[in-house]
Amino acid sequence: MRRHISPSAAIWLLLAAAYFIIPLIATLLFSLNQQQTGKCCSVHAYGTILHDGAFWSNLKTSFLLALETIAIGLGLFVPTIYLVHLKVPKLRAVLAFLALIPFVIPPIVMVVGLLSFYKGSPSWFYAQPWGFLATAYVILAFPYMFFSLDAGFRSIDIHTLTEASQSLGASWITTLVKVILPNIRAACLAASFLTLAIVMGEFTIASLAAFHTFPIYIQSINESEAYPAAAVTLMSFGITWAAMLSLLVIGRKRGARGAVIAGVR
Amino acid sequence: MAFLELQNLHRDFGTNKALDGIEIALGEGEFLSLLGPSGCGKTTALRLVAGFDRPDEGRIVVDGRDVTRVSPNKRDMGMVFQAYSLFPNMTARQNVAFGLRIRGQRRDERDKRVLELLDLVGLSHAVDRYPHQLSGGMQQRVALARALAIQPRVLLLDEPLSALDAKVRVQLREEIRRIQLELGITTLYVTHDQEEALSVSDHVAVMYRGRIEQMGSPAEMYSAPATPFVAEFIGTMNRLEGTVVDGGVEHGGKTLQIEAARQRPRGDRVLVLIRPETVEVDRANGASASPNTLIGDVVTQTFLGPVTRLKIVGTGVDVIADVPTQKALGLPVGTRVTAALPAEGVRLLDLKEDLPQIAEEPAPAGP
Repeated sequence: MRRHISPSAAIWLLLAAAYFIIPLIATLLFSLNQQQTGKCCSVHAYGTILHDGAFWSNLKTSFLLALETIAIGLGLFVPTIYLVHLKVPKLRAVLAFLALIPFVIPPIVMVVGLLSFYKGSPSWFYAQPWGFLATAYVILAFPYMFFSLDAGFRSIDIHTLTEASQSLGASWITTLVKVILPNIRAACLAASFLTLAIVMGEFTIASLAAFHTFPIYIQSINESEAYPAAAVTLMSFGITWAAMLSLLVIGRKRGARGAVIAGVR
Repeated sequence: MAFLELQNLHRDFGTNKALDGIEIALGEGEFLSLLGPSGCGKTTALRLVAGFDRPDEGRIVVDGRDVTRVSPNKRDMGMVFQAYSLFPNMTARQNVAFGLRIRGQRRDERDKRVLELLDLVGLSHAVDRYPHQLSGGMQQRVALARALAIQPRVLLLDEPLSALDAKVRVQLREEIRRIQLELGITTLYVTHDQEEALSVSDHVAVMYRGRIEQMGSPAEMYSAPATPFVAEFIGTMNRLEGTVVDGGVEHGGKTLQIEAARQRPRGDRVLVLIRPETVEVDRANGASASPNTLIGDVVTQTFLGPVTRLKIVGTGVDVIADVPTQKALGLPVGTRVTAALPAEGVRLLDLKEDLPQIAEEPAPAGP
């Protein structure tokens, strides 16, 4: 059935689309200008970026950091939120409050606090993005993880599913892995997308803690080369979207059945 | 020897005594229904047997082994829940196979057993459907097959039919009984529906305020309720308050000749319990009424199919009577009638306290 869209709704949709698309088109056109003449058209800026080793190494760092943050976040929050929903539902309000703290505290305050808190910790942790930065990102992603997963847990009857599973002989772990997780896959995917987007774009903490991540690279290019900066901005946009799409495709393939329950389809 | 024993079970939730010394002994292969209104403790008792909760006091013994402190996944109890409990990410076949996979059963044996069970519950045509593709009744059948797949020592059913519509409910309760008899599995069934409990059980235990009021066969519970509560809860009953006098019970200024009153001392306050179907109703013809005959007017008629329920009200008279529908057509509202109460087979109970009000059950949870 074709949906009828009223003219006023169509105008608003076009305005909203223009708001997002015009800056992208402008950036694309700017990035295609020739280095010497400043006129259209050349893909030289893209070549410069793609041939820059720092681009690949920083992108890799940010991407691996995102995966690490997602893994730690899911590993930490899924069992916690599950047990809170199941055993101590009163604690849910406390968790929800705690989850708001990273929203309220400015990143600059958080990084200063974290740097002094972890001062003196082993260098493999303090001096490495995989230790210090990942820890900070898990905190930063906590609100997004919590509210996505919480909605997922609330969309299924975890009490009955857990008891049914246990009465059939399953342990806690088996119940969580085989019964609960497949049915909150959509929520896990949503939490992962948001975390990926945050980590791929996070600048303040990485900069103040002096780590080389993808946003830091974009900033350094931006300061020195105008056209490649526009190119790398567009590329980072495309890379983040591609990463999200690939997560979605993987999640859908494996979790299509469970996704029905969580209301994705 | 009893196969399932609940010995002096106590469970408090704050100041609320959910279970107050429950004692049940059930033989192997028997079907017991725990019947009672909301909050009477029946589901709490079942959850203790399943292991989802622990008693404050008392023991649960299955086949001679104390399982009170055994975790639910090690009790070998199959359970069917009130809410739809199938795993949404698994097909009917995978749901039924779940418990067998946990037990590490070989795939070929597992597949065979799953198909047998789905056939047993009449769902061999829907093995590869997901729960959202099955009706409520079909989902509960799969849940039953899943509970039976692990060959549990005790089958626990927690109001499994309450979310289903009336016709499916009757159909499925008969199937549950057929399957239970076929497999000879010891079964504990929780329900608030007395018709359901009476129709499928070997024994019925009526619970109220965390205690068992009476336990017996369905026929005993219906014909010989031991307490006013049971009388009120099981079936419909006329309750006439009265005082024992020579040769009967005085009620509303009239002496009713009641066999059971002869063994009681004079002056005893009693409750006379009379089933509506035992009251004989006729058009009043002005002749002097016999001692057990009350006179009143038909004030309402309720059509119940083969019988119609009449409410008869007169001076000091307020009774209900079930008469054949054909006969009721000749006794419209407003007709003056005689209601003859039987002298024998009437139950008398001590009137020690006011009858409890039976709480309405909440509407069953939807899918």
